[in-house]
Amino acid sequence: MLEGMIAETVGISGHNGDVIQAYYARPVVAGSVPGVVVIHHMPGWDEWSKEVTRKLAYHGYAAICPHLYSRLGPGRWDDVAAAARARGGTPDAQVVGDLAGAAAFLRAQPDANGKIGTIGFCSGGRQAYMLACKLPSLNAAVDCWGGRVVASSDQLTEQQPVAVIDMTKDMHCPLLGIFGNDDANPDVGQVNRIEEELRNYGKDCEFHRYDGAGHAFFAVDRPAYRPEQAVDGWKKVFAFYERHLQTGAANPTSDRS
Amino acid sequence: MCSWITEKATISGHGKGVADWLPLTTANVYYDHPASAPLDHALIIDFVNEAAGPGARVSVELSAQSAQDLLRAIQAALATGQAQHDLTN
Repeated sequence: MLEGMIAETVGISGHNGDVIQAYYARPVVAGSVPGVVVIHHMPGWDEWSKEVTRKLAYHGYAAICPHLYSRLGPGRWDDVAAAARARGGTPDAQVVGDLAGAAAFLRAQPDANGKIGTIGFCSGGRQAYMLACKLPSLNAAVDCWGGRVVASSDQLTEQQPVAVIDMTKDMHCPLLGIFGNDDANPDVGQVNRIEEELRNYGKDCEFHRYDGAGHAFFAVDRPAYRPEQAVDGWKKVFAFYERHLQTGAANPTSDRS
Repeated sequence: MCSWITEKATISGHGKGVADWLPLTTANVYYDHPASAPLDHALIIDFVNEAAGPGARVSVELSAQSAQDLLRAIQAALATGQAQHDLTN
C-alpha cells in the first residue's frame, strides 16, 4: 500500500483532440508504475468515481478517470450527467476516443511502466468491454456489471449503434468480469451469454459471480453496497492487475490500425 | 379557482432546486440510478431549460412508490372542474 499520492483534476486530449477534464491520482513512489483508466458509471463523474481512482493509486497504480460528459459543461457533475442523458448518452466513438486519450496520457508519464489497464462500472463496464475490443495497446480490462453488453436491435441507438458483445472477436486483452447474481442488467442469463461468447472466441477471461449482490455493489455510497462481496471483488481486481500490469513487457501493439 | 384544494402525497426521495424561478422547456423522465437519493434506482424528473445550460435544472429523484403516489395526486388535482375545463379548451 502506498499512502503518499498526488491527486488532482487535469486537462487531457480526448476524442478529436478535444480537451476534457480528468481526475488523476498517482502514488508517490520511486520506480515505474502501471496505469489504469477508470470509467465512471452512468450517474456521472461523481465523488465515488474519484474515490475509486485514489484507491487504485493507493494500490500502486497511476489512475485517471476522464469526465466523459465534460463537453456538456461547465457545471456540476450531476447537471452535466443529466444533460448527457437528455441527449441519449455519449456516442461510443467519442467515448473510445476519450478513453484512448486517457490511456495515452498515462503512457506518456515519465514513471509509466508502459502497461495500461481499465476498469469500468455500470455503463462504464460496457465501455471497458468495448475499449478492450477497440484499443489494441490495452493490457487488461475489468468489466464491473456492465449493462447492455448484450443488446437487442431495438436497444441500439445512434449514440450506441453496435451491441458490444458483437465486438468480442476483436478483444485484444484479458478481461475480468465482476457481477452480482441479483442484478437485472446484466442478469444471470446475459452474463452467461457474454462468457460463452468470450470462450467461443478463445479469449482470456475470468468471471466472478456473487450471490447476495446486485448492481453496483462496490459503491459505498449506495444501498446496493455489499461489503463482503465488494472486498472480495476488489481482491480479484488487484490480483488480476498484478498478473497483467505489474510484470512482463508492455503490449507492443500499436493503436493505429 | 381559488379553492385551496391541495392534493398531497407522502414521498421519499431527493430534490434539487435553483436560486430563483426558471422558465422550463422540457421534462426528462426516467427510471435509473439517482445522483443523490439513497436509492439504487429512482423515478427521476429533470425539469430543464437547455438553452440556459446544464445548471438550469430542477430535479426530483423519487422512490417508485413515491412516484406512483405523486402520479395519483397529480391525476386527482387534474380531475377538478377547472382543470378539466382547461384541458378541453
